[in-house]
Order: sequence, then C-alpha cells, then structure tokens
Amino acid sequence: MLRTSLYDLHVRQGARMVSFAGWDMPVCYRSGTAQEVLACRHGIGLFDVSHMAEFHITGSQALAFLQYVTTNDVARLSPGKSQYSLLANEHGGVIDDIIVTNLAEDDYLVVANAGCYQKDWEWFSEQAKLFDVSLVDETNETALIAVQGPAAIGLISELGMFDASQIKRFHAGEGSIAGVPCRISRTGYTGEDGCELFCTWASAPRLWTSLVSGGGVPCGLGARDILRLEAAYPLYGHELNEDVSPLTAGLQWAVKTAKADFIGKRSIVEQAEQGIRDVLVGLTVVGERVSIPRQDCSVYTPSAEAPVGRVTSGTLSPTVDARIALALVSREASVVGTSLEIDIRGRRVECTVTKLPFYRNGV
Amino acid sequence: MMANDIWFTPTHEWVRVTGDVAEVGITDHAQEELGDVALVQLPDVGRVLQLGEKFGEIESIKAVSELYSPLTGEIIEINEDLETSPEQVNDDPYGEGWMVKIRLAEPDEVGKLLSEAGYQTVLDKE
Repeated sequence: MLRTSLYDLHVRQGARMVSFAGWDMPVCYRSGTAQEVLACRHGIGLFDVSHMAEFHITGSQALAFLQYVTTNDVARLSPGKSQYSLLANEHGGVIDDIIVTNLAEDDYLVVANAGCYQKDWEWFSEQAKLFDVSLVDETNETALIAVQGPAAIGLISELGMFDASQIKRFHAGEGSIAGVPCRISRTGYTGEDGCELFCTWASAPRLWTSLVSGGGVPCGLGARDILRLEAAYPLYGHELNEDVSPLTAGLQWAVKTAKADFIGKRSIVEQAEQGIRDVLVGLTVVGERVSIPRQDCSVYTPSAEAPVGRVTSGTLSPTVDARIALALVSREASVVGTSLEIDIRGRRVECTVTKLPFYRNGV
Repeated sequence: MMANDIWFTPTHEWVRVTGDVAEVGITDHAQEELGDVALVQLPDVGRVLQLGEKFGEIESIKAVSELYSPLTGEIIEINEDLETSPEQVNDDPYGEGWMVKIRLAEPDEVGKLLSEAGYQTVLDKE
C-alpha cells in the first residue's frame, strides 16, 4: 500500500489508519471524527490529501485540450486562478470531478481524486494524442495539506509572514510557510475558509509539524467526508459516477454548453432538453434515536411501496446535530419541506427534504 | 462458578455471570473500533435467545455492528439508559455500558466462553 510522506507523523499522532484508493491514510486520530469536525468548524483542521492526483499540462494547445476534455470554461482562468470542473464521458456521465488551475500561459495543473487516478491518467493520455500538449504526472512528488476553518487564514498568515487574506477565493500564490516553499491555494472541500498548500513530498513533514504547533488539529478522512457532506459538496462514487448526469447532481453551473464542442456536450444538452427526472436533495432525519442513513438506502414517500430515490451519502452531523443525507429523488418528491421515509436496514425512518447546504461558512 | 467472573466471545461481547443471570456488553476493543456510538438497538424483555443468535445492532458514524448472544436464555432486563446515552458504551463498556441481562437456560454454555487470556489471543490475531 502507498504512503504519503506524513505517514510516520500520523501514526505518531495516534491515527487509526485505513486503506483508501490504495493508500494507507488516517481515518481519524485519538479524539475521533466528531471532535475533528467540530475542531475544523470552530478553529483549524489539517488534512493530509497528498494521495490526490496531480497532472501538469503544458504546450501550445494546453487550453484547447482542457476545453475539450472538461465541462467548465478554462478560458476564464487567468494565471493563479482555479475552477471546479468535471471530466464528462460521451454519454453525459461523469468520469471525475477536478480542480483546474492556470499556473501560467499554456501551463495548467489538474488536481483529481485519488480513487480515479489510473482512470483519469489513461483518459487524459488518450485524448491528448489529438493535441500539441505535454502531460506530466506529478502525483508522487506533490504533497498537499489542507488547512481549513475560521482561524486557518490567520495561521497561514502567521507562519507565512504575509496577509493570506489577500489571496482571493479560488486563486493561488507562491509563498513560504514556516520556511517551506508552497503554492498557497485558497480552495477547500470543507465549506470553511482556508487554503490548500502544495509542497514537495520531502518538505511536507516539516510543514505539517509547524501547522500542528501553530494550533492546527489533524483531521482524518472520516471528518473530511462529514465536512463536505454538511457543505453539500459531491463525492465521486457517491453523488457522481459515470452513469449520473452532472445536471442531476446540481452541477449545471460547472457545465458551459456555450463552449465549443467538448466531450459529453451533446449528451448533456440532450439531457437538459429532455428534462432532468431526478435531482439531488438534502434530507434531515426527524428524531435522534434512529439509525444513520447511508449510501444506497432507498427513499420513499410515506407508506409507499415503490421508492422515489436513494441515498448517495449519509452521516450523523456533529455540526448541525442531526442525521443528514444527500439523496437522488424524483423531481416530484424534491420540494423543500416534503416528508419522506428512508429505509435503513428494513426500518422506515422519517425525514424532511432540507435546503442545501446543511452548513457552510458559519451558517 | 464464582460470582462476577467475566468471560468473552470471539465476536467481542463480554459476559459477567452471577448465579443464573448473565450480564452482557461489548468489549473495550469493540467500542474503540466503532468510535462514538450513536445508537444501540436492543431486543424486548422476555425475548428468548439462542447461543449465537443476533439480538441487536450497535451503530456509530463509521459502522453498524451486529450483537450476538453469547448464551441461550431469556432477556430479563435491558439497559434503557443506552437509548438516551449510547455514549455510555464508549465511556464505560464493562460497567454503565452493559446491554442486556439473560437468565441462563444452559449454564454449561458458560464453560465454552473465552477467558481473558483466550480473548487476548483473538485480539492478537486480528
């Protein structure tokens, strides 16, 4: 199994390790997932996400290539700017969700999910044959540490000896944090303010240790999943997969059909014309002494026999103190305030369709 | 059979026998693995269980685990505190975290349970 360069630190800090996408990663540390979620929401959470894939794309047709394989409009990116985007397939399903960053002219970085690493690299390599581009896989040289929470910008400013709030949301700058050269990207996956720090594999332990000394609380993958669910961010393999339209997942804003042709454009336009049958909604379970909804639980209108949808992700949220879920349900059942039922291992549990996000940026 | 002997199962339940009544819970190892317990589903008083029969579920953010009866007998008491305070299973797994009390139908079954050393061997293998 693969290990990030922070493995020894995680173990020393009491992490419980788990296998994820072929990597040995911390699922939580000693105080547990719920405490880590709250630490991030009220202070600073630290996340080792070095397992994620990084692909460096350069060449005279780098822009044209990325416009062709992604759904969002890459031309909107000036140097230092990033955007959330999707790799769509011909059928209008999603291969992966990614962040595309313009580093300089004809020079881009794509950050993709660890679980889609092999698939994405093969896809990019195949499609790149038609373009004058160079692809370099920088996954195993690039360490990535997310610093998230209301006090995160303060800590980064302190350790970087500059005002990190000057970096705008979805922008990046180069700097030195605790003496470690980094690209500092004002992005994240928690619904809190903060940054993601890109540095070399070798320098990551020093950076992590400084962040911990500065008050950052190590958070594992368990906390990461709850935070993104509370913020209603999709997780590939749950809300997104190769058979689900980005429109169903509520991601029409990341699909720019006014662009010139891109992979999946025709199918997605057809999906929009035919109308989207299922939509992604938030569900909040009524009551406390009931089971936690989980992926693939069926969703029903009260007392009905036939399901109207299924849960894509579910958890017990320490932040809003409720059992919550994201679910794909038919349009008729998707109105906020609708009462529905979730079948959890044979028992029907009452829930209400809730406005998304459940929690983001202090609200 | 001494009073207050504590025995174990390979599925991480513990048993404390006093006379013909067995108190049952899950071990410290089990509660550690689960993380913060969110819900404990227990059977009704009066239910008769066979050795090895599933009698409930325990759920955390991470996982759902099934509870298996270590002995054959009738449930004479359940720990109702766990409905409002499931965290007792984490905080005091061998005390306030007890789950059910069973009146033994087959006292000889106690002899087949694991001693503390026997349970440690199970843990070492995991």
